[in-house]
Amino acid sequence: MAPRPYRVVGRRRETGDTWTLALEPLAGAAPEIAPGQFMMVYAFGIGEVPISVSGPPWRPGPVVHTVRAVGPVSGAICASRPGAVLGLRGPFGNCWPVADVCGCDLVVVAGGIGLAPLRPAVYHVLEHRGEYGSVTILYGSRTPSDLLYRRELERWRSRFDVAVDVTVDAADSAWHGKVGVVPKLIGGAAFDPGSAVALVVGPEIMMRFAVEGLLERGLPEERIYLSMERNMRCGIGLCGHCQLGPTLVCRDGPVYAYAELEPLLGVREL
Amino acid sequence: MRTIDTLLAGVPIFEGLPAETLELLAGCASNVRYSDGEVLFRQGDEANRFYVVRHGLVALETFVPPRGAITIETIQPGEVVGWSWLFPPHRWRFDARALGLVRATAFDGDCLRGKCDADPALGYDLMSRFAQVLIDRLEWTRLRLLDIYGEHRPR
Amino acid sequence: MAPSVIDLPALDVLIEALRGGGYRVVGPTVRDGAIVYADIDSAAQLPAGWTDRQQAGSYRLERRADEARFGWAVGPHSWKPFLLVPVLRLWRARRSGGGALELEEEPAPDERLALVGVRPCDLAAIAVQDGVLLGGRYADRDYAARREGAFVVAVNCGEPGGTCFCASLGTGPKAGDGYDLALTELLEGEHRFLAEAGSERGEELLAGLPRRKAGEADVAAARRVTDGAAERMGRRLEAEGLRDLLARNREHPRFDEVAARCLTCANCTLVCPTCFCTSVEDTTDLARSEAGRVRSWDTCFSIQYSFLHGGSIRTSPKARYRQWLTHKFGTWHDQFGRSGCVGCGRCITWCPVGIDVTEELAAIRSGEEAAHAHD
Repeated sequence: MAPRPYRVVGRRRETGDTWTLALEPLAGAAPEIAPGQFMMVYAFGIGEVPISVSGPPWRPGPVVHTVRAVGPVSGAICASRPGAVLGLRGPFGNCWPVADVCGCDLVVVAGGIGLAPLRPAVYHVLEHRGEYGSVTILYGSRTPSDLLYRRELERWRSRFDVAVDVTVDAADSAWHGKVGVVPKLIGGAAFDPGSAVALVVGPEIMMRFAVEGLLERGLPEERIYLSMERNMRCGIGLCGHCQLGPTLVCRDGPVYAYAELEPLLGVREL
Repeated sequence: MRTIDTLLAGVPIFEGLPAETLELLAGCASNVRYSDGEVLFRQGDEANRFYVVRHGLVALETFVPPRGAITIETIQPGEVVGWSWLFPPHRWRFDARALGLVRATAFDGDCLRGKCDADPALGYDLMSRFAQVLIDRLEWTRLRLLDIYGEHRPR
Repeated sequence: MAPSVIDLPALDVLIEALRGGGYRVVGPTVRDGAIVYADIDSAAQLPAGWTDRQQAGSYRLERRADEARFGWAVGPHSWKPFLLVPVLRLWRARRSGGGALELEEEPAPDERLALVGVRPCDLAAIAVQDGVLLGGRYADRDYAARREGAFVVAVNCGEPGGTCFCASLGTGPKAGDGYDLALTELLEGEHRFLAEAGSERGEELLAGLPRRKAGEADVAAARRVTDGAAERMGRRLEAEGLRDLLARNREHPRFDEVAARCLTCANCTLVCPTCFCTSVEDTTDLARSEAGRVRSWDTCFSIQYSFLHGGSIRTSPKARYRQWLTHKFGTWHDQFGRSGCVGCGRCITWCPVGIDVTEELAAIRSGEEAAHAHD
């Protein structure tokens, strides 16, 4: 399966090493993408990496990816300016269960670039706000300048029907907000554990602490969802690389209920 | 107007304490209020109080030349500020400043230590509860030490 | 169609008929001290009078007293190099006007393969790979094309190897479904083959060979061959409940023990007929005007296999060995609904330090039972 050519139509710098790109196919229409899905993004002659889609789901329009430059491929993708052509395959993987949890309180817990794969879920929920109970977004990053989507976070926060709590690991003197780790925000968040569903993305260790905090609040394992990652090559279940115990992340994930992950996460080097 | 007792009842660190104990604690407590930017205490000062934040944010800071005052951690409503009252030499180890309006319940350290000396069971109970706060803070601090968002290249 | 009996010269007619039908015929032959699968154009190239002596970490060819063509078990090759080829160009890309990208997928291969001499274990292995590469939401296009027209001539086993355990997994020594033609070499009395068609194509081919109808004695002789082989397996494996056993024992101390021996050389994954892992490499010319992607075999024993930004998930040999063993015998069930092993024994034979999966699995099982005995 070869990549489809897409042209960069929009580019915005989010932080020191992260950019958001909007891409449109050279021919045909962009596919319908569910929140939480990813695509394999190809930089001509350099390589291909899996990137979560971070734009509005289930809607025609440019495909949006937020990418952090951590290597040669992601670096080349981040350096692509409007007009440049990248290759995309997908979307692949499963999605956040937002369409199935109407009536529930929703808690989004994100760390660092983890907010990117959660943003489509937030977009969906805010567009169908009446179908959910309370909506809480807990987000944190390393420093204030590493916060993603700052203006959007402020817009969400200014709504009367969304609770947004932001923290940073380390502050500079200009920051007057919370300082501390994201899991610390869970204890004080206002949601009903009896009906809430939590969506969690961040470095694996942060997700573990966050899950502990959510379980302590009384959320059952079946209502906590994580997005996992593993090495991916084909993205379509044929190369074997993305195995996580009994599952293939490209096919059975990247979204998993914690109940399914619990026996696996504690095993080192699984 | 709610009394200090009922205010104490909702606080996580005092959860499960019988009403008589809360009344005892209330005897050492007073309501305090700080406006935005006001200092609660400075590093090195005598630490004879601890606070339970009711409203607002308290920033724990330390001065790092030449960077200036750096916020180490922020303490939010329901949380406790200060445990130096428990251990000699009873000196604050950080500065604390109000971020926005802060309302808190302040507890007199001398008064409480006296009550704990008189009733070791109460002392043990309080010590355990503060130990839990310390453990949580330590875990979270260790998590930040790992610099999980930073780029770590393989060796 | 009732079984037939064909004689030795008919093998030449068989191969000739396949070549005449436009097939590329691949079959067993002796090369470099081993029996490998390679292009053959006549029955003279078959390993007549050879057998193999296999043990953990050891493979030797030996002369037989007779001239049996298939008196051996399996060599280092499986049929994987022909169906899931080791190196494959997937597509090419070029920069065109306006910075656009033109991508061209490589055309599907148009040769038709005839696999002659497919062991029952290898036949089962092909079915296992079919499940992985054709049975999911996305099929492997190249594998599908090579698999599509492939003509399979299976040969039942009469001479199980020292490391064979197909009988424990129900994959041999008699071939299951999936062949066009199945032969059983009969050495008692006249040197002949029982031939059974498994498809219309097989029937057609058989009809064109010099043959006679099989008598009861021939059928009974063939049954004796495979029954006898089933009783002389070099290894046994208790396959019941392996999936759950391995899921319960991810931290079993046996993994530390085997890690002290395993060199992570990846021989086992290379010779295994069901291992399917591949990787892709993006290539470009110096001028960055032409690029492409090449797929090649990969192995879970390599450190880069599980690389994620910042490092690899599985760096210790223990973790990598555990991944291979628990995938093959355990999580393959979860992922693909069946066992990944067919009992061919190659991994045991070709491991330079002689690690024996049947022994490792038995140790994990008895280790667990011993632990419970103390409860």
